[in-house]
Amino acid sequence: MTAVASVVESGIQPSWLAEVRRRGGERFADLGFPTSKDEDWRFTPVTPISSRTFHAAPAASVTQDELAPFTFGQAWPRIVFVNGRHAPELSSAELPAGVTAGNLMAALAQDSKLECHVARHIPLDATPFVAQNTAHLGDGAYVHVAAGADVPVPVHLVFATTGEVEGAAAYPRNLILVDREARVSIIESYISLASAAYFNNVVNEVVVGENAWVEHTRLQREAESAYHIGFTHVEQARDSHYRNFSFAMGGAIARHDLTCRLNAPNTEALMYGLYLGREQQLVDNHTTIHHDHPDCRSWEVYKGVLADRSHGVFNGKIFVKPEAQKTDAKQTNRALLLSEHARIDTKPQLEIFADDVKCTHGATVGFLNDQMRFYLRSRGIPNEAADKHLTYAFCAEVIAEVQQDAVRGELDRLVRERVGV
Amino acid sequence: MSMLEVKDLTATAGEKEILRGISLTVNPGEVHAIMGPNGSGKSTLAQVLAGHPAYTVTGGQVLFEGEDLLDLEPEERAQKGVFLAFQYPVEIPGVTNAYFLRAAYNEIRKARGEEELDPMDFLDVLEDKLKVVEWGPEIMQRFVNHGFSGGEKKRNEILQMAVLQPRLAILDETDSGLDIDALRIVANGVNRLRRPDNATIVVTHYQRLLNYIVPDFVHVLANGRIVKSGGKELALELEARGYEWVSDKAVDEAAVGAAAGGR
Repeated sequence: MTAVASVVESGIQPSWLAEVRRRGGERFADLGFPTSKDEDWRFTPVTPISSRTFHAAPAASVTQDELAPFTFGQAWPRIVFVNGRHAPELSSAELPAGVTAGNLMAALAQDSKLECHVARHIPLDATPFVAQNTAHLGDGAYVHVAAGADVPVPVHLVFATTGEVEGAAAYPRNLILVDREARVSIIESYISLASAAYFNNVVNEVVVGENAWVEHTRLQREAESAYHIGFTHVEQARDSHYRNFSFAMGGAIARHDLTCRLNAPNTEALMYGLYLGREQQLVDNHTTIHHDHPDCRSWEVYKGVLADRSHGVFNGKIFVKPEAQKTDAKQTNRALLLSEHARIDTKPQLEIFADDVKCTHGATVGFLNDQMRFYLRSRGIPNEAADKHLTYAFCAEVIAEVQQDAVRGELDRLVRERVGV
Repeated sequence: MSMLEVKDLTATAGEKEILRGISLTVNPGEVHAIMGPNGSGKSTLAQVLAGHPAYTVTGGQVLFEGEDLLDLEPEERAQKGVFLAFQYPVEIPGVTNAYFLRAAYNEIRKARGEEELDPMDFLDVLEDKLKVVEWGPEIMQRFVNHGFSGGEKKRNEILQMAVLQPRLAILDETDSGLDIDALRIVANGVNRLRRPDNATIVVTHYQRLLNYIVPDFVHVLANGRIVKSGGKELALELEARGYEWVSDKAVDEAAVGAAAGGR
């Protein structure tokens, strides 16, 4: 429908925003960077981030051609950010009916009603990095889908980083509002156009209205020299369906927190994750599902492949309140270690206070299966190739959960390229 | 030259001796049935021939078309034309049948110095092979054996055999647990793939399969040894008299042998 103009064009910022930033700054000053003494960061040392001073990422220009390899060959509507700044010249002017999208800063200047959403859903101290992001609250994606709209194509949020960002930090802040009975698919891509040690600290607030359907695919493919810390906080209304797919293959340190609050009966959250680590990469996924009401379902499958000396961390929390009867929650996390030096710290954490629920979790960590390997070899496939096929197969099970053909195809290509089949 | 020559083969699984001196010669065009009670070592023999790493060969020799088979990796054996239809086909979620079969087919072609086929050309190859097991193309998009019924898994083994065209096919209890329709399809598939220049070893517990796949020779395995060999009528005799008949005989003969050795 309408693309929201950039903040430069609109010029003004609402006064309450300064207050939000101030609170973020204060909170971050109180909390400081997490250390290994914080339970949620026990296996995720962030000293490479905390021990250096990042400067603001410089403005840079990027061409459509440079972006083209990351757009799945589709003319889907795009909101593009370069080094954390909104790039209107790369973003779509035309949006599907029912969709308002653009730069959050501009949207805040134009729509006073958004005050009740920004930094109102995610707790300021969800992690110290959330407070830090809030202190820097600035450009980011704003997507609003009007009630009843059935958006026929995915909306693609692209966060590109150029080569000029060595030692720079960006704090993208995204707000996604999907009104009642709307249906939308959102893709969030983090891409690097060059290799540098930069820091992206991202916060997403997602609000899913009654009986709405949201598919949210997050592809983190930053340079392996980058630091990526992200938090996605989701609020779900009655009868809503939210499906998240989180893919991570970039970053020297890559951490994503995903929290879903099921705020009314008959809501459903699906969480799929796939991460690939190699060399010294540290890939951390923390997920939390709050079952506060009866008759809700959550389904979670996270898989990781860790090669070389890479290190994976998974933590899956499920909280079921006493009143959340008939909760149906299933969590699966599996890690495949391709090297004896690779490491995974995995922790399912189920706290169930209702008695009539179905909650299961399964965590497996292991090397490739000998029976499967022999089966492939007995058909003429050499040992090394068999291992690659099996590694790909391990990933393919989750890749299959991506609903958009073009995105699934691209993920498939990325995984094959990494695995070597 | 015979296709397969097994001479006094012994093998262990861990500490346990399972094959205790097997000798067997298979010529091109022949079908050999290996029968025996549970635990007699017949599945072990099949897996040792395919190169399963769980077993250690402790003695004897196996020549396949004149070459020392035991020296080869499992994939090299397959590339040279040895095929094992598994008793328990392995599920590989994440790999489609189409992808798996083409990967295997191309590896075998590559090993023979032939050109690999792209997915489109491979589809043409598949079309004919699917008929062997009376399947439509939809099976190719399913993950290998994943969620297949017992019968479907065995049919999938025969489909792989049809595609890979082995010189020597070893069917390890391909019949156990099959209903009569699946058994008919599997057996018909095997029969359609018979040629004068290939050979089949059928490992089975039951005589029933041999009504469909008629063997030239029947060998009875007990306690890690072949205790009796004969023509197809031996299977019928076994069916009538039970495995105790040969097992007791084996014990008797072993006793006689021991007595002879002690003399």
